[in-house]
Amino acid sequence: MLRLVASGPGPEAVIRLEDVSLRRGGRRVLDGLNLAIPEGGITAIMGPNGAGKSLSLRVMARLITPDSGSVQPAGTLSGPQDIALVFQKPVLLRRSVRANLRHALGVYGVPRRQRRARLGELLDFGRLAAIADAPARALSGGEQQRVAMVRALAARPRLLLLDEPTASLDPQATAAIETLILDAAHAGTTIVIVTHDRGQAGRLADHIRFLHKGALVEAAPAAQFLLAQKSPEAQAYLAGRLLL
Amino acid sequence: MQGFGDAFAAAFGLIVGLDADLVEIVGLSLAVTLSATVLACLIGFPLGALLAVGRFPLRGALTVLVNALMGLPPVVVGLVVYLLLSRAGPMGALGLLYTPTAMIIAQTILVTPIIAALTRQIVADLDAEYHETLRSMGAGAGARMATLLWDGRLALMTAALAGMGRALAEVGAVMIVGGNIDHVTRVMTTAIALETSRGELALALGLGIVLMILSLALNALVMGARVSAARMAHA
Amino acid sequence: MHRTILSLFAALAMTGEALAGDDALIVQSTTSTRNSGLYDALLPVFTAKTGIEVRVVAVGTGQALRNARNCDGDVLLVHAKAAEEAFVAEGYGISRADLMYNDFVLVGPPDDPAKVAGTEGIEAALAAIAEARAPFVSRGDDSGTHKKERALWGETGIDPDGDSGRWYRETGSGMGATLNIATGMGAYTLTDRATWIAFGNKGDHRILSEGDVALFNQYGVIAVNPEACPDVEAKAAQTFIGWLLSEAGQAAIAAYRREGQQLFFPNASGG
Repeated sequence: MLRLVASGPGPEAVIRLEDVSLRRGGRRVLDGLNLAIPEGGITAIMGPNGAGKSLSLRVMARLITPDSGSVQPAGTLSGPQDIALVFQKPVLLRRSVRANLRHALGVYGVPRRQRRARLGELLDFGRLAAIADAPARALSGGEQQRVAMVRALAARPRLLLLDEPTASLDPQATAAIETLILDAAHAGTTIVIVTHDRGQAGRLADHIRFLHKGALVEAAPAAQFLLAQKSPEAQAYLAGRLLL
Repeated sequence: MQGFGDAFAAAFGLIVGLDADLVEIVGLSLAVTLSATVLACLIGFPLGALLAVGRFPLRGALTVLVNALMGLPPVVVGLVVYLLLSRAGPMGALGLLYTPTAMIIAQTILVTPIIAALTRQIVADLDAEYHETLRSMGAGAGARMATLLWDGRLALMTAALAGMGRALAEVGAVMIVGGNIDHVTRVMTTAIALETSRGELALALGLGIVLMILSLALNALVMGARVSAARMAHA
Repeated sequence: MHRTILSLFAALAMTGEALAGDDALIVQSTTSTRNSGLYDALLPVFTAKTGIEVRVVAVGTGQALRNARNCDGDVLLVHAKAAEEAFVAEGYGISRADLMYNDFVLVGPPDDPAKVAGTEGIEAALAAIAEARAPFVSRGDDSGTHKKERALWGETGIDPDGDSGRWYRETGSGMGATLNIATGMGAYTLTDRATWIAFGNKGDHRILSEGDVALFNQYGVIAVNPEACPDVEAKAAQTFIGWLLSEAGQAAIAAYRREGQQLFFPNASGG
């Protein structure tokens, strides 16, 4: 199996948000958020719309600077190639799949000597060999998202952040992406996935973090959380009741 | 007044007869304009990308300036370049006045703002699309510019054509800095001006028709290249 | 594709360099002289004899003088005697020599509204035009032709400036453009005979007044002074002017015909 990342230190937080607050348009969209992501395995972030899930990912990826609070990555997360982000809608360049991956290898700064071999590994891992030379934008949504995922893994990031990656995909494409996610996790990448899909959380997650109104409301191992939630907000959310 | 029929007849006669003077003039027109367009792209593409993606003081003012320079009157550009290259001017020692090189310089100055302004718009639109993705990959400004320029290559081809069209059609700049010297700096547009001043209107219009055919051929060529490139690129 | 463009440009740059005035002589002259076709006939003869390439920049007289003052020419060949003499007096030219002459003619529309055809002499013709307020097109560009025209108006005592934009139309253009405008709006205009004979858009216009001694048009040739312009091709300039003024050159000028007519009459004074 593809080994994507060297093994790190023990089961502590790979990244921690401490007391993070953020205002957007006069509203407090992140409100004293305390979030610790366990190293290794898959953590799912869940919550109603507007809870701040996507924002917290972007804060972790350093795309957004919070107004207050701190972001503490583990020492092993040193450069931009250590944290990768996959968006709900894949944004690929107007070139072939292969060229997209080559471009990513270049931007992430993978040494030239390693690029060729790495490209082969990536194509294998994503089962993209058959469509490697197709124009990336001509592919189906599911195929494009597979490329986006593999692209994110180009530089062997320690932390992979996924923002509702299968929300726009059909069940078959979703299954393919989930397979990739599991493979990556087995190879040692820590994964954080934002999802609305309780079934997906059940299939993938080791840990769950439940957000509401920009703050952490509940944190628990996945099996336990999905069976019985402690907080009323989480209970209402999973029961399908409207949350204000 | 001679009729349009005479003009078409003149054009036909010139083309079919492969008039030696015509071939020479067409060759020089192409050499000057294509060279100027290539140079303008070499300057204008990165400049436009920088204006789209860069963050530096005076960026807004520079953008306004580049847009305004699109409207530079060719005759004014010719005058300025003449003053620079004249023996009495700062670069007179180069002896470039009344040479095709001077014409290329003038046309490059004329065309670069168009290419830069159009590139800026193309790259800015692409940046809106790719901004988050490229930033999340840790791409610096230089990498972003290069990525966006290549991604927008089809639209940039059209921008280059726009610049080339302007250069091919102008007469004011090349007339002043080239001098319309027979066998040396006479191009299609200055030849048309000459024949007009000789009252040879049918011939002048005939040359104009040949110029239009030339422009059509060049555009068709680039369009063909675009189509085959588009097939490679995207949905 | 890239390589083709690059080599094209390289070739052009090198050509440009090569052509950038090593041996070629640059003559600043007027559009009317060029349009007559005289240079197309003369220059090949001279180049065959001496191997010197001659390039003519044909612009308005004013621009030719200005260009020569900027040292952008080696020889000046125009038809504005007073301006030429001033050019030499200011030190820009070595000396001025008479080269050839022809004459000016007044052309106009076939219906001749001002009845110019019945007049004697150019002054009477111009007076008739002013009287009738018939459209008259002027070069308006300080060229040799324009200066001659203004001088003639001066002789008649009439000042057409007050009617500029009405019957007196100033184009600020070369002879060819002015003639196009004159035939286009059915107006009278003063032109040198050589340009008129060679002109391809006469329409129904014809010569209505000619032969007056006042219509004499003298061409002069000047070598740009190397003391004012050190980079000038002094030797080649002297060779060219020497040839023009010689028997051979003068004969070549006389031999040039258009529509069966001689356009220029050599009158260099003995070398």
